[in-house]
Amino acid sequence: MFAEVLAALSKGFLVTLELFGITLVGAIPCGLLICLGSMSKIKPLKAVLRFIIWVIRGTPLMLQLLIIYYGPGLILGSNWWGSGEHGRFIATIVAFIINYACYFSEIFRGGIQAIPVGQQEAGAVLGMTKSQIFFKITLMQVIKRIVPPMSNEIITLVKDTSLSRIIALQELIWAGQAFMKSAGIIWPLFFTGVYYLVFSGILTVVLGKIEKKLDYFKV
Amino acid sequence: MAILEVKNLQKKFGDLTVLKGVDFSLEKGQTLAVIGASGGGKTTLLRCLNFLEIPTKGQIFVNGKLIFDADDERTLTEKEIRQNRLNFGLVFQNFNLFPQYTAFQNIALAPKLLAKEKPEFAGKKKAIYDEIDKKSLEILNRVGLSDKKDFYPHQLSGGQQQRVAIARALVLSPSVLFFDEPTSALDPELTGEVLKVIKQLAEEEMTMVIVTHEMQFAREVADHVLFMDEGIIAEKGSPEEIFTNPKNARTKAFLGRYES
Repeated sequence: MFAEVLAALSKGFLVTLELFGITLVGAIPCGLLICLGSMSKIKPLKAVLRFIIWVIRGTPLMLQLLIIYYGPGLILGSNWWGSGEHGRFIATIVAFIINYACYFSEIFRGGIQAIPVGQQEAGAVLGMTKSQIFFKITLMQVIKRIVPPMSNEIITLVKDTSLSRIIALQELIWAGQAFMKSAGIIWPLFFTGVYYLVFSGILTVVLGKIEKKLDYFKV
Repeated sequence: MAILEVKNLQKKFGDLTVLKGVDFSLEKGQTLAVIGASGGGKTTLLRCLNFLEIPTKGQIFVNGKLIFDADDERTLTEKEIRQNRLNFGLVFQNFNLFPQYTAFQNIALAPKLLAKEKPEFAGKKKAIYDEIDKKSLEILNRVGLSDKKDFYPHQLSGGQQQRVAIARALVLSPSVLFFDEPTSALDPELTGEVLKVIKQLAEEEMTMVIVTHEMQFAREVADHVLFMDEGIIAEKGSPEEIFTNPKNARTKAFLGRYES
């Protein structure tokens, strides 16, 4: 029995892991674009992006997931996502990337705006170009500032992946819960907690190491 | 010929006119002290001369050559402004050292980036970088900090940070070095070491413009003193004239606050 549970949970965890990885890889560049747009001098662009960020951060991810997955079919009458597990996975990825990109963009914005303008000015009077100032001076300081809040979000993402259970994506929680129905046992569901704990534990150590690496200077 | 000449420099921020037409010139090797109450336009003047603000009107000449004219678009391009900045160095009130670099790296960074743009860089990278390293160390030595070479800014005192900042500006060999209240952010016991470095530069005939509230220091180190008030130069003269025998009523009132 244990081997069977382990196999099923590991299969579910693989989906969780994929969801986690793809969301992270997608949301970081999208977040950067949203961030640059939300600080843009083009007022309408800025307003639209700020509005989207407000909506996304102000409503539950679970609701966003439901709307993105069921919305097209129920409102527009066409299921964009295709049927079955693949469709659910794509819809989940889209919902997660949008949601996390908005959170990341605000972290990036905070990190960039926290750099004193004197840093850029010091670079400018030394004859540096705008791109030299960004890459040689600002970037490292921004990274140092955003690592702690990004770590928090990344750990939260590990656990947020379980929200995709609501549209029956066959991730870790779904795999654990399946045993309640099929075998009438609850311990596999509890056991999923071990997967989350170990995974977030590893991430905490890795992210802590990165933070420590940047300890040599203060901003 | 004057190394720096400023003609009718004006700066408006919206409806507020901060500089109402400033004219002065500076000979090579001279030190000019700029004094005056806060809000009189001293800092804006320095920021305009380093193009951190673009003057609304006026002209700037270096060694007789017009480098900036607010009415001439060609002197306003980003490329041109970047080039013009290299005539000058600026030392900020709050140092603005780059926190992720050591004292030495802070100094060597800009010259290395500039060297990359030179056509002869490709084949001689190592020789050029070695030369810059050597020069950076010499200058660090000149401000008395060779033993702090590998220290990060947060490991240095305010006075030491400001001396690194001075070295960072010097390494590019600017024609004129500007100081914006270089000791205002320092604890009183740390101002001495910074003033000493500036005094030493004055003796070495570095051309400098120093905005300062240290009247005693201005008197000792400056060849000329400008008193700025409400966006104009209200009075200029030798330190002797300004400090012992000011003619302008506002100069008198301002200096009166520093006595007793």
